[in-house]
Amino acid sequence: MTLPLLKPAVFAVCLIPLSQLAYRAYSEDLGANPIDTITRFTGSWSLIFLLTSLAVTPLRRISKWNELIKFRRMLGLFAFFYALLHFSTFVGLDHFFNFQAIGKDILKRPYVTAGFTAFVIMIPLALTSSAAVIRRLGKRWQQLHRLVYVAAFAGVIHFYWLVKSDIRRPAQYGAVLAVLLGYRLVVKWSPTIVARLTTKASAVRSPQNLVQSGTLTTKETKIT
Amino acid sequence: MLIKKPQDIKSSEITPKELYLNRRQFIASASAAAIGAGAAMAGIDFLASPTPATAGEKLKNLKKAPSAFDTTEKMNSLKDITNYNNFYELGVEKEQPAQNAKYLTTRPWTVAVEGEVKKPKTFDIDDIMKLSPLEERTYRLRCVEAWSMVIPWVGFPLSALINQVEPTNNAKFVQFVTLHDPKRLPGQKPSIFGNALEWPYVEGLRMDEAMHPLTILSVGLYGEVLPAQNGAPVRLVVPWKYGFKSIKSIVKLRFMEKQPTTAWNTMQPQEYGFYSNVNPEVDHPRWTQATERRIGEFLRRKTLMFNGYGEHVASLYKGMDLKKFY
Repeated sequence: MTLPLLKPAVFAVCLIPLSQLAYRAYSEDLGANPIDTITRFTGSWSLIFLLTSLAVTPLRRISKWNELIKFRRMLGLFAFFYALLHFSTFVGLDHFFNFQAIGKDILKRPYVTAGFTAFVIMIPLALTSSAAVIRRLGKRWQQLHRLVYVAAFAGVIHFYWLVKSDIRRPAQYGAVLAVLLGYRLVVKWSPTIVARLTTKASAVRSPQNLVQSGTLTTKETKIT
Repeated sequence: MLIKKPQDIKSSEITPKELYLNRRQFIASASAAAIGAGAAMAGIDFLASPTPATAGEKLKNLKKAPSAFDTTEKMNSLKDITNYNNFYELGVEKEQPAQNAKYLTTRPWTVAVEGEVKKPKTFDIDDIMKLSPLEERTYRLRCVEAWSMVIPWVGFPLSALINQVEPTNNAKFVQFVTLHDPKRLPGQKPSIFGNALEWPYVEGLRMDEAMHPLTILSVGLYGEVLPAQNGAPVRLVVPWKYGFKSIKSIVKLRFMEKQPTTAWNTMQPQEYGFYSNVNPEVDHPRWTQATERRIGEFLRRKTLMFNGYGEHVASLYKGMDLKKFY
């Protein structure tokens, strides 16, 4: 499929969770506690899209398929879209616009504070995602958008702090995030690390050195 | 707040008709199967009516007179009560216990009573079902997660069982233990990500709480045998405490002098105390307990002290600082 066709296709795929939710609402299949179901569903998908958007760069580097970068903005905006649905559910359905209770929740409940932080961070990122703004901000755009790491971290913490005892699901999200951020650290620091390791290795482990020190015979070097 | 009086509630509102009819069909086929199996197994006994054992099977000879403790609030539907459950042994998501209910076979089943009692005894579940006349008790259930339901339990006062084993003077508390069998409770299988809780699940009450007439052992709901996901074959119901105190699928009661350990308290002592009385003034460290969502309603309601049972139980805690003993 060519890129002009692929983009709308991915866009449609990103809408599948929403349509699934709408269908479940229509067929009264949201369970005994629909507000809770909607809250969890939209929250999970926001995190999934956030992590997917963070996976674009590593995948692009590994696969060398540079076109992938063209999907990053869309995935990030969908993460924000589902976060917006999640937050609106919290405000409009869970608390029914009781702003006093909402404010208290945000200030007093660490898991709400973390989730709210993630959401607030995502607002300027979503607002500065158009080509014109990217061009105008130049280098500062990249600096600003590094905040996405904070948002993802706060999002995972939000989930982790919310569960009562079974931390398996949030731990899975956390593990994915750790891999994605870890990859970036490795890429950033690896030139030095790789260089240091190779010098060390060549000093000690190279067959020539081992032969000189008498550990290996010339015959054994061939085998290795 | 809208509280419907009994005469406002059409019976059709209580259980959807098609669900009700389906249940009838299921009961008919289930009892036919049960009678068939009984006849095959024991030639002599098959004429004696077997104790109802299958979820959904009708319980007979229920005390019709409404209990003085009954609430007249609108009951939740059987569908909601049996598909929105916290029973981690059958799955940590709310709908999983219903899906995994098939694993929990409830016959044979015994309940051992031990510890500080003069007459320790192991009860067969069929004897427990006949230990005391079964009553319908419609109670509010308030989950620590800030949702609530109204459930028509079938059961009898726990005191009826306690009186049979005659606790000694040393018996100050009673601990309850859930079945520990990963085959029948697959949520107990060890996982590389760790366990949701320590198994078996344990709970406890002070003796006066255990003897209180509101405290029941439940063997059914909606006039039928208790489904697995609700804690079959026998569970505790303590309506003025958060739901997790009402331990499910009990196999053991242990009378003790010291306060017993309880599952959630072991997991998170700063979040779940031994008493865990419903208390709108003491928040869970992570969320408010001042309000709750009644399943089936849109707006949150105010949570009532002792879940609305204060007139019956507040005296048990006279002089106690309930912020300290949460």
